[in-house]
Amino acid sequence: MAEAHPVGFQWVMEAKKRGAKVFHVDPRFTRTSALADTYLPIRAGTDIALLGGVVRYILENQLDFREYVLAYTNAANIVSEQFADTEDLDGLFSGYNPDTGSYDHASWQYDGQEGNATVRGTGKERDSASGLEHESHGEPVPARAPRDETLQHPRCVYQILKRHFSRYTPEMVARVCGIPEERFLELARAWTENSGRERTGALVYSVGWTQHSVGVQYIRTGSIIQTLLGNMGRPGGGILALRGHASIQGSTDIPTLFNLLPGYLPMPHHADHPTFDEWVDSIRHPGQKGFWGDSRAFAASLLKAYWGDAATPENDFCYGYMPRMTGDHGTYQQVLNMIDGRVKGYFLLGQNPAVGSAHGRAQRLGMANLDWLVVRDLFMIESATFWKNGPEVATGEIVPEECRTEVFFLPAASHVEKEGTFTQTQRLLQWREKAVDAPGDARSELWFFYHLGRVLREKLAGSTQRRDRALLDLAWDYPTHGPHAEPSAEAVLKEINGYEVATGRPLGVFTEARDDGSTAIGCWIYSGVYADGVNQAARRRPRHEQDWVAAEWGWAWPANRRTLYNRASADPDGRPWSERKKYVWWDPDAGEWTGYDVPDFEKTKPPSYRPPEGASGPAALAGDDPFIMQGDGKAWLYAPGGVLDGPLPTHYEPAESPMRNPLYGQQANPTRKIYEHPINRMNPSPPEPHSQVFPYVFTVSRLTEHHTAGGMSRTVPRLAELQPEMFVEVSPELAGEVGLAHLGWAHLISGRAVIEARVLVTDRLTPLRVDGRIIHQVWLPYHFGTEGLVTGDSANDLFGITLDPNVLIQESKVGTCDIRPGRRPTGPSLLDLVGDYQRRAGMTPDRKVPVVTTDAAGGDDAAGSTDEQSAAAHQDGEPHA
Amino acid sequence: MGLKTFIQGWPVYRQLTGTDPLGRGAAAQSPRSAGLTARTETADGMARSVCPYCAVGCGQRVFHSGGQVTQIEGDPDSPISRGRLCPKGSASKSLVTSPLRQTKVRYRRPYATEWEDLDLDVALDMIADRILAARAETWEDVDEQGRPLNRTLGISSLGGATLDNEENYLIKKLFTAMGALQIENQARI
Repeated sequence: MAEAHPVGFQWVMEAKKRGAKVFHVDPRFTRTSALADTYLPIRAGTDIALLGGVVRYILENQLDFREYVLAYTNAANIVSEQFADTEDLDGLFSGYNPDTGSYDHASWQYDGQEGNATVRGTGKERDSASGLEHESHGEPVPARAPRDETLQHPRCVYQILKRHFSRYTPEMVARVCGIPEERFLELARAWTENSGRERTGALVYSVGWTQHSVGVQYIRTGSIIQTLLGNMGRPGGGILALRGHASIQGSTDIPTLFNLLPGYLPMPHHADHPTFDEWVDSIRHPGQKGFWGDSRAFAASLLKAYWGDAATPENDFCYGYMPRMTGDHGTYQQVLNMIDGRVKGYFLLGQNPAVGSAHGRAQRLGMANLDWLVVRDLFMIESATFWKNGPEVATGEIVPEECRTEVFFLPAASHVEKEGTFTQTQRLLQWREKAVDAPGDARSELWFFYHLGRVLREKLAGSTQRRDRALLDLAWDYPTHGPHAEPSAEAVLKEINGYEVATGRPLGVFTEARDDGSTAIGCWIYSGVYADGVNQAARRRPRHEQDWVAAEWGWAWPANRRTLYNRASADPDGRPWSERKKYVWWDPDAGEWTGYDVPDFEKTKPPSYRPPEGASGPAALAGDDPFIMQGDGKAWLYAPGGVLDGPLPTHYEPAESPMRNPLYGQQANPTRKIYEHPINRMNPSPPEPHSQVFPYVFTVSRLTEHHTAGGMSRTVPRLAELQPEMFVEVSPELAGEVGLAHLGWAHLISGRAVIEARVLVTDRLTPLRVDGRIIHQVWLPYHFGTEGLVTGDSANDLFGITLDPNVLIQESKVGTCDIRPGRRPTGPSLLDLVGDYQRRAGMTPDRKVPVVTTDAAGGDDAAGSTDEQSAAAHQDGEPHA
Repeated sequence: MGLKTFIQGWPVYRQLTGTDPLGRGAAAQSPRSAGLTARTETADGMARSVCPYCAVGCGQRVFHSGGQVTQIEGDPDSPISRGRLCPKGSASKSLVTSPLRQTKVRYRRPYATEWEDLDLDVALDMIADRILAARAETWEDVDEQGRPLNRTLGISSLGGATLDNEENYLIKKLFTAMGALQIENQARI
């Protein structure tokens, strides 16, 4: 955090000054470690084992915040007797289908509700990254589940959790993660001692947690701990994602993503959502508890904002115009489709996949096989010059005279040359004023897309093609100003906020949304950002003139709430858990919720409220159900649905690992998204043979002085000078083992690429004693490429493509490699070196990566039993039988 | 110059007797530095902005004169950043005023070995033509069971996390109306 979000880290330091204990877990010692109380080096990709150890420590010692857990979580819920745990099935849950590599969720449901499951093992949800829809709400569940408030029932969530994590002992944590027992216990003690009525603890993570084939389950494990300890919805608590781009939260809320529409409405699927009613009902689940009951109004209002006058209740608001998903249309599938010649044109809008995405070679070869490419950026980036300066030009794989891709580079306006809002990492929108005009041809995306739409519509005027109706009927009349006819960002913000169609009056809050066409709302969760016709995101009341919540600086979604689910900061009766941690509470005299923040609850619903029989939507939430976007108003320790790779987190090894999984026969996530494409060869891992060809673990992250793929930092002289060269950090022990010299050169080899880097020998990296052997990890920054003031090989070239099944994020924080002294070969001989490693590792083009590595599933492709594989496991010093 | 003036002009004397015991302000001033004015004081205007790098959302004050950015500083009013900026945020004036920034449209013909120039309007028109051609070539009306698809898988887009909400909104709206489903950004990466 001190490295990549330094200014945010000042608040960790403030907390430390006030007595907080700071723990830092990272494969590499960083500036954060230097300022933390305790640093725990960890083997990359094993955080679930560490966190699972903390869960076990809490449960074995009964250190959970019992009153909070009983009232606000599903700990007491009783799960179906059909459910079987990974403890029973050697690393698989019940319902696994080896043919599709996915789960049927029926047996995961609560007792007697097996028929409620929405996922029946088709893998469709994985392809559409449906987990992302849960950014704002949970999976549907029946409001009433059988419960045992004594937590003694053997199938209640509490007991299942206890059994599931029973083997995640301090010894096992040491064996899997390489963290000594006493260091682990120090963390577990501090975390539990600093949680409860009087104290709260916060968990902060970034893409070091998400970019894994089990990324979502990392966060789930963190949320189980924070829920057991009562740290959710309370001041000083929570799970805080530090996101890496100025408005990456905004581009998730108002998604430039294939599977979502604004406000986490799902993009329609051809089979599930042929009609408007089926689409809406799949979101609101008729009879469901909670605020998603109103989603018909949100959906109708979005279509009304898109198609204006053409959208009427009679024509289902032009729902028939919406494009439909049929499967995985994510960025990695797209790139493989480009290589296969199925994509004609590609827009790059301030993103540089040639450096920033996993498997850079696949990215560049994909771009070299397009009809046309449009790059909009501030600087000439690698993704615009792959045909000229890319590594594949050096190897002869791309020959400019033979590369047909037509490339348009259009200069973009910078953040000071346009006005608009960014949404920062805690859902806070801040409006930027424009300072100066953009130079030359540089334009905002607002300008480019508004005028592109205008030109397209002009060209199509009079078209009778059915496919053109959606463009011709589009509400696309934004006011413009200035010599370049710049569209008004404020007018777009007003549309995002939503307005009453008849009067144009901006809506004040999303509960004003209607499903009869009388309201138009571009993004319902942002309703209120333009309340009263005032740009609330532009508010900048100085921090000295308001309290610590600073509610009058910018505007946070939803409804300017700064801490989500803050009803949980009060006890079931509405009283603060403690004076020290009071935040939002029930004022019985005024008959309303009050406090420092906007209450995340219906303002006048008393704690004693109990829903009448048959209630649905918000009215079905009791006065002590704080998690109002969940179908049952509860925080979920156990997820009966919605998480595709299991109702509970389980330690799996990364897709590429030098080790056999010490916990289960199942080696890696059995539901991970695998792309079997000739270009995407994955390094073998146990129990497959030849994993020793790639004996070292590598991980990547950011430097303070650079930003992502380098387009905004390797081009800036001051930053380029501070970090001028690609390097690799290795421990003195590894340097000795391989023969690497400090400040000399090394090259790293994976089954995809070879890259070179200068060597930094440092004890910031520690060889880890794991499961009876030593694992060496190396670290690389991923900022470098061939353009800019400082250049170097791209670390992301080393990665293959394997994705988390829930949200389709790639595993690009851990992989295996070899490292050798000296510079890499150049020209075609570079390909020979990769080919040599592929041959030695048995990575033939027709090889299938084994998905199931335990016999427990009973599937055809269960592996792990051949002599060769046993021999390989033995050779790796792995005792697992 | 009298002795008294000489002594009073001596920085150590001013440091010991004046309001600046640490010698980091008035005591250390030379007549030249005393006569200087900060460019933030003489700026034509100041825009309240936000840092363009990570998602912490630090406040920036962007000072400008004659249509040029002259200084970017942390905004001390911000409850998020309290006036601080990291090395990247501090370098953002260099970012926006960089001579390396591209200010002209560049065009690479198929099979060409070099860039050439192109007018922005022409580029916009050519891109629109290519979109329409890609849609015509790859359009899918319905699936094999006759259910609507309304889409093209011939067009892809990547990026959005560095852009404004308003921009992402228009991008999603236009691409959706075009039937272009394959939109992605850094949030997936």
